[in-house]
Amino acid sequence: MTRHLACSALGIVALLAGAPAASAMQIEKIISPSGIEAWLVREQAVPLVSLSFAFHGGSTQDDPDKSGTANLAADLLDEGAGDLDGKTYHERLENNAIEHNFQVARDNFHGSLQTLNEHRDEAFDLLRLALSAPRFETEAVERVRGQILSSLRRDTTNPNSLASRRWWEAAFPGHPYGRDSKGAPESVARITADDLRDYVRRAFARSELVVSIVGDIDAKAAGALIDRAFVGLPAKNDLKPVAIATPTGLGRRIVIDLDVPQAVVDFGGPGLARSDPDFIAGYIDNHIMGGGTFSSRLYREVRENRGLAYGISDNLIWFKRAAVVFGSTATSGDRTAEALEIIERETKRMAESGPTAVELLEAKSFLKGTYALSLDSSAKIAAQLTQIQIDNLGIDYIDRRGALIDAVTLEDAKRVAKRLYGGGMLVTVAGRPKGLASSGE
Amino acid sequence: MSLGPSWYFRSCRSAAAIIAAALVAGTAGAAPSGAPVSDFTLANGLELVVIPDHRAPVVTHMIWYKVGAADETPGKSGLAHFLEHLMFKGTAKNPTGHFSHAVATIGGQENAFTSNDYTAFYQRVPAEQLKTVMDFEADRMTGLQLTDKVVLPERDVILEEQSQRIANNPRARLSVQIDAALYLNHPYGKPTIGWRHEMEQLSRDDAIGFYRRFYAPNDAVVVIAGDIEPNEALKFAEDTYGKVPRHANIMPRQRPQEPTPVAVRSLTLADPRVEQPLLQRAYLVPSFATAKPSQSEALEVLAHILGNGSNSRLYRALVVDKHVAVMAGAGYDSSALDLSKFGVFGAPRPGVTLPQLESEVDAVIADVIAHGVTSEELERAKSRMIADAVYAQDNQVSMARWYGAALTTGATVNDVRQWPERIRTVTAEAVQEATRTWLDKRRSVTGYLIKDVSPQVEKKS
Repeated sequence: MTRHLACSALGIVALLAGAPAASAMQIEKIISPSGIEAWLVREQAVPLVSLSFAFHGGSTQDDPDKSGTANLAADLLDEGAGDLDGKTYHERLENNAIEHNFQVARDNFHGSLQTLNEHRDEAFDLLRLALSAPRFETEAVERVRGQILSSLRRDTTNPNSLASRRWWEAAFPGHPYGRDSKGAPESVARITADDLRDYVRRAFARSELVVSIVGDIDAKAAGALIDRAFVGLPAKNDLKPVAIATPTGLGRRIVIDLDVPQAVVDFGGPGLARSDPDFIAGYIDNHIMGGGTFSSRLYREVRENRGLAYGISDNLIWFKRAAVVFGSTATSGDRTAEALEIIERETKRMAESGPTAVELLEAKSFLKGTYALSLDSSAKIAAQLTQIQIDNLGIDYIDRRGALIDAVTLEDAKRVAKRLYGGGMLVTVAGRPKGLASSGE
Repeated sequence: MSLGPSWYFRSCRSAAAIIAAALVAGTAGAAPSGAPVSDFTLANGLELVVIPDHRAPVVTHMIWYKVGAADETPGKSGLAHFLEHLMFKGTAKNPTGHFSHAVATIGGQENAFTSNDYTAFYQRVPAEQLKTVMDFEADRMTGLQLTDKVVLPERDVILEEQSQRIANNPRARLSVQIDAALYLNHPYGKPTIGWRHEMEQLSRDDAIGFYRRFYAPNDAVVVIAGDIEPNEALKFAEDTYGKVPRHANIMPRQRPQEPTPVAVRSLTLADPRVEQPLLQRAYLVPSFATAKPSQSEALEVLAHILGNGSNSRLYRALVVDKHVAVMAGAGYDSSALDLSKFGVFGAPRPGVTLPQLESEVDAVIADVIAHGVTSEELERAKSRMIADAVYAQDNQVSMARWYGAALTTGATVNDVRQWPERIRTVTAEAVQEATRTWLDKRRSVTGYLIKDVSPQVEKKS
């Protein structure tokens, strides 16, 4: 039983970072023989290699009628590729203790690989096959489709999924950001093997490919491995453009009836683009409001002082074409109204007065200090470097981050708090909240 | 509820895999060849384990108390976990919030967790702050002060936690029922978080009484992983924990033991929210601590071959070859002070009944009993498991959890260190023998999770 801070059903985009530890870590920009750029951190303490990479184009590339396509493709990449059937492919991974992981987010396809040094050629060969020659055989497609449909069916009575899906639909109606990456039962049923091939063909390319590699390996060997996996991919991707979007439905409350003892509440509104000059100030404000410590305002007011919930959190989530601030909690049906009132009151207070000077000081100290903790394993470092590349923050970002945080003044923090929390919230509730009905349609 | 290498690095394709994760859990150890682990005992009985890792200037500091839900007085279920929450409520020296505030201000992370056998608290902080958090932690080892003002809202918090983890989740409700039916006499049959009607009655005095019985240096293990030299860590420990007097009267943990199981048990939980039925079975089996040499390792290898990943026996047979399940797997938790459990599960495809699925599960197990496992399967499982011990070295928290869980459930640092060696020596015969001996249905409870289609009245788990 962990004192969980966050209970959001959504994956929160990796947080930004920046730390004293960072200065010890040398990031090299390397170019593979075929010209693929990657960031490398040499780490000789453990005999393994961690790779993280991303292609631009995730579930935003799904046809609305076939949402879940990219996700299904990701789940099928290791189910047979090239001349290896699924069983053989898995045997090769397992015999050599190689980990592959593929995940689809809205904007990107994320992949990672972890291997012992001694098996790294095999690991990258298998990755090449998965990316360039997935088989998508009927048996595997139907089997994995069945698994996804099973999980989507379960989502229909899961309050976390219901509240979160409804929130995103209402915030981004008709926009790809409004659809869950997993898709919906009807749409997943319609996806064909050709749709999967089409997605892979359009998204898996060397353009807009981001690669990070961490481990007991030098630049030359790393470049060769990167080519091994990626050199055969098309030079250019072929993506559908995604429109810029702002969340709608502010001031609206949507109650989804479900017979559960505890109601799940999701709340939020427009956030800040990662490139917004106010982003860091907003990030600090959000940390003070509901970020991940036992000292945030929401944690104190909702959990600590009143025992209304086990977890409550609030996060900035940013995409390429939209950004939101999104919070979540879960509270018994007879006290949901009270919890929501507190959340609304705290939001208003933050918008009107912003943080105090002491809160700002402490938040800065936390955010600077905590960065090293996000960089204490090869896999975590690789993932973080990939996110920094996706966000276009520059290879020196880790060194600059502390100064960026320090530069935020109390005036900045107050001004941005108003921007972030002053515009009203869209709220979804799944459960049986006493005295709460949908409003503001 | 400990972490083990077998699932920590694994992704979950579908929600069903999460059940496997919950079942799998800890092994008695990894044994990293790379990290020289130091082990000390202070004069007051506190054990200190240091796992150096100098890659980043951070440390993970954990204190593990050898007390968990299985040590609660009957009628007070949930007390160990409730006390874990209340440990954040302050001391005379450091009133409510001071510790958390200090951790947050230096950019640290903190948390705590409770299992049937242990209660642990941890902080991850910049290395130069290690002594600071040790000071705080030593202070709250005996200095906790509680008032109803902080205790009562926190009791509401654990009730919300129970709703979130169990009552809102049909699969978790099923697991609770299976545990209760599996353990006829041992307190492992109670949910770690407690029975709701008992949680509602827990008081400040209950918590303080429990705290005074169990929280002491001679009932604790401190595990430090990170950028610190063992001798320096020892000095810090002596200056902080070393000042706390030994508890004169820590009782050995002797819980009521299980009788020999004799009946095949089955149960059905109907919940209106079930959209995917599920078969889950648990067998009563030895833990590392209770097993004869190599039995527990054979069960670990068996769990891997039977139900870990898409080339496992259960997945191949049920999901790929016979198309009766969308997901299937198995898991085994070796880290328990008393008898542990071995789990198998399957989620049927639409149109397949749970009894049909169950007979296919039985057939897979019967086949292993009759014909054993192949040498190829055995080697693949072993090399995969041993490699996980190397991967674990990449993560301070997994290393620290490994040692902490092992040392609070009857294993030693050496047991942890030698784990890969012991896995390496598991034979196909031992795996077959373990299956025959332990996967006997009379040792098991089989649970069916089905959709409740009857008219609804209000219900609580």
